[in-house]
Amino acid sequence: MNELLPADGAFSLLWLLIAIPLASATILLVGGRLVDKWAHVLGTLAPLASFALGVVCFARLLDRPVEERSIGQTLYSWVDVGSFSADMGLLYDQLSAVFVLLITGVGSLIHIYSIGYMAHDEKRRRFFGFLNLFIAAMLLLVLADNYLALFLGWEGVGLASYLLIGFWQHKNSAAVAAKKAFIVNRVGDLGMALAIMVMFATFNSFTFRGVAAGVEGASDTVQTVLGLLLLLAACGKSAQVPLQSWLLDAMEGPTPVSALIHAATMVTAGVYLVVRSSFIYETTAVASTAVVIVGLVTLLVGAIIGCAKDDIKKVLAGSTMSQIGYMMLAAGIGPAGYAFAIFHLLTHGFFKANMFLGAGSVMHAVDDDVNMRHYGGLRSIMPVTFLTFAMGYLAIIGFPGFAGFWSKDKIIEAAFADNAVVGLGAMLGAGITAFYMTRLMLMTFFGERRWSDGVHPHESPRVMTIPLMVLAAGSVVGGVLLLNDWIVDWLEPVVGAEAAHEEGVQPWVLTLAVLVVVAAGAGLAWFLFGKRVPRAAPAGSPVTRAARADLYGDALNEGVFMRPGQYLTRSLVYFDNRGVDGAVNGIAALVGGTSGRLRRFQTGFVRSYALAMLGGALLLVLTMLAVNLT
Amino acid sequence: MSATPFLTLSALLFTIGAFGVLVRRNAIVVFMCVELMLNATNLAFVTFARVHGNLDGQIAAFFVMVVAAAEVVVGLAIITAIFRTRRSASIDDASLLKY
Repeated sequence: MNELLPADGAFSLLWLLIAIPLASATILLVGGRLVDKWAHVLGTLAPLASFALGVVCFARLLDRPVEERSIGQTLYSWVDVGSFSADMGLLYDQLSAVFVLLITGVGSLIHIYSIGYMAHDEKRRRFFGFLNLFIAAMLLLVLADNYLALFLGWEGVGLASYLLIGFWQHKNSAAVAAKKAFIVNRVGDLGMALAIMVMFATFNSFTFRGVAAGVEGASDTVQTVLGLLLLLAACGKSAQVPLQSWLLDAMEGPTPVSALIHAATMVTAGVYLVVRSSFIYETTAVASTAVVIVGLVTLLVGAIIGCAKDDIKKVLAGSTMSQIGYMMLAAGIGPAGYAFAIFHLLTHGFFKANMFLGAGSVMHAVDDDVNMRHYGGLRSIMPVTFLTFAMGYLAIIGFPGFAGFWSKDKIIEAAFADNAVVGLGAMLGAGITAFYMTRLMLMTFFGERRWSDGVHPHESPRVMTIPLMVLAAGSVVGGVLLLNDWIVDWLEPVVGAEAAHEEGVQPWVLTLAVLVVVAAGAGLAWFLFGKRVPRAAPAGSPVTRAARADLYGDALNEGVFMRPGQYLTRSLVYFDNRGVDGAVNGIAALVGGTSGRLRRFQTGFVRSYALAMLGGALLLVLTMLAVNLT
Repeated sequence: MSATPFLTLSALLFTIGAFGVLVRRNAIVVFMCVELMLNATNLAFVTFARVHGNLDGQIAAFFVMVVAAAEVVVGLAIITAIFRTRRSASIDDASLLKY
């Protein structure tokens, strides 16, 4: 790791990156109706300003020699209690820099798009306020120089995600989905919190540098535990198996939210965490293998779910899970994969945001219908949406030359170099990806028109199509980052050098094999959905039904965690009502009943009292006599 | 002089008094029976004082008399008050203070 340099020049303004959207969010959320008129303008300018600053900082970083590219800025002492002290510090290095550009760049485009998409929503001001809050929290997440501040950003994006999924909270499904996302994320956050506690207990520090320095000398157990806990955190935020269930429901939120938070940025925070913690995963084979397994399983699960859904956003959500699975897989491989994980993250940020926004544009055209079986033949009606979506489509399936081709190919290559089974799984995933994306394209833009009555599709306004075009351009040319291995060299000081791996299979053979698999997947989709798509979903095979039910992920959670939890709480309530309360109430009833009976002796007849007294006195006397006589 | 006749008389008077308290209903009669019991004990006190040749028992008898006098004042006042309100001196009728 390079020496940390003080923030000077343009870098002294780093804190503004976070402060601008945060201030804007505050104004929008506190301002009330006063700011309704220009809320969307302010809300859009804030990420744009951050983006401009991010570009300036990035340019300055490019100018510097390689060893001077880690800039630290300590803002203030955050917590200082006894031996515990935490500074609010920012770290701007090669990794943070590309994230800042992705978040503010894609974020700005999505803000612009939202102006059009949310034009008729009466709560638009609040929407932009939440989006700005998200941008601020996400920037804090990637700029923090310690795990505690990262955790603050981590929770901030979780909160923004919750607020935005449930943005239309008058719909019960949206409110439930928001709660589900929040609760599932808590499970992951538990891992994060525990990891931070372990760090502090073991290394007495939770800055990246402090942990990196301490972790090498730590025991195997600590290294493995830290790796697994951080993986749990990453699984929650990035919707990886086994905490994947919230992402599909999160599609209840407005589509720009799905594009920004649940595709391009927030859900990739888990990948960022793993890559940022590379110094931990370097030391523990168990945890990094677990990362690979989680990634591989998720990429297949997500892809399979995507194949069966009829809801266009859920197909894309399954696809997001699957693509993040690729990134996790690459991140788990180690130094050979980190750079490609981030590379795929960037290209995915472009093409998936592009396709989500495209899906939003389509939904806009057909009265917010999300069922692809009610689409068809939209190609000629919405040429711009179609063409931009097609760019994203070609990018995600890995059509040669497009962004996804370069990034996914590199991951599959690295996977094969690591382990043949993992490589085959990743290749199979590419084929399934091609299948479900082709299915989506065919059902939406091709074939006969299956529109519902009274639906008159139309192209979206400019404010929505221009961001689409920019993102489509990114989907096409995103691969240039790989030119001369630029991204690998750029990230090398942060994540370590690529270990020289033996050339088992020639890269071009692999590329060809992947292309064949992709072509097969796309061809199968064309064979099944190219001709005719029934308007009502057919019953389907057991596999299809399983995939429609999210591979029973929800059923599993319900059966294994929710129901037993409910039984436990219900039995505790029963025990409390019957056991504890029963004992207390029983004693009270016993005393009450006894005294009620004893009271009967109090007759009010003086003569009976006198008899009792006499009897008592006699008894006393007789006892004394008896004692004296013996 | 033997103490036995005095103690026998004392026991007899006490028994009559106790029996009267238990069986009579008229408050005045009950009251007089209580006095009878008190005086029976006084007789026993004085007898034992004589037997032992000291004044302890006599002093106790004086105390009992004083207490009895005070008791008569309070007791008769209560009985009179009850009689005024209920037109009856039966102690069985005055049994309101109960469970």
